[in-house]
Amino acid sequence: MERIPILKMGPYLLVTIQVDMHDRVAMTLQDELTQRIVSERARGVLLDISSVDVVDSFIGRMIGNIASMSRVLDAETVVVGMRPAVAITLVELGLALPSIRTALNVDAGMTLLKSARKMAGNGRPAR
Amino acid sequence: MAVLRDELIGLRSMDDMIKARQLVRDCAIFQGLSLVDQTKIVTAASELARNTLVHGGGGEMRLQALNDGPRRGVKVIFADRGPGIPNIELAMKDGYTTRGGLGLGLSGSKRLVNEFSIESQSGKGTTVSIVRWK
Repeated sequence: MERIPILKMGPYLLVTIQVDMHDRVAMTLQDELTQRIVSERARGVLLDISSVDVVDSFIGRMIGNIASMSRVLDAETVVVGMRPAVAITLVELGLALPSIRTALNVDAGMTLLKSARKMAGNGRPAR
Repeated sequence: MAVLRDELIGLRSMDDMIKARQLVRDCAIFQGLSLVDQTKIVTAASELARNTLVHGGGGEMRLQALNDGPRRGVKVIFADRGPGIPNIELAMKDGYTTRGGLGLGLSGSKRLVNEFSIESQSGKGTTVSIVRWK
């Protein structure tokens, strides 16, 4: 079964989804990512979905889960690169994902993660 | 109404589901649907194919390219011989789920297409049909 690579970039983890995802691949990603957040002491996750042309309710739920789980583990998630057609479809499907942070591209997402870290950084114990 | 393309594929595994999504995308492109409309019908098909697999215990998908005069569209029919849906009205409600999902599969896919019909008989199975016109 194919796996989605999780790359470490300083205190952040970068995940780029480039395959038409199997439900099980999505579940595995969720598990591996939470483990890596802890083992790498990551402060943020950048989830790049710019190559994804379909997000149905299952994949949408997985994206929401990743954001919630990483928050519980003290890391922020930013979803970047959502295609306009996917955004329109997700909202009409009824899945607006109000709790996730988004950015238009990887650069903007990285800036968002860094500023989130700066704001929360004061008085926060080092990892 | 002319049926230009007519394909039937089995939905028995997750691989079939991915193949189904690709076939629907191809057909939508063939019919000249816009990128947004392609995405909508593929997403709706993905929801319904998952229902066929998870709730219906597998089944089949029929895909048709329709020409109705100047109108061009894509029709997808999902059929299973599973337990059926006892209360369709309830199953069509946003947020109603029997398996811990989000409960958006049926109601959400209905919003993504132009035509939606569902028939279900207890113990005999469920058939859902959707059409997206260009």
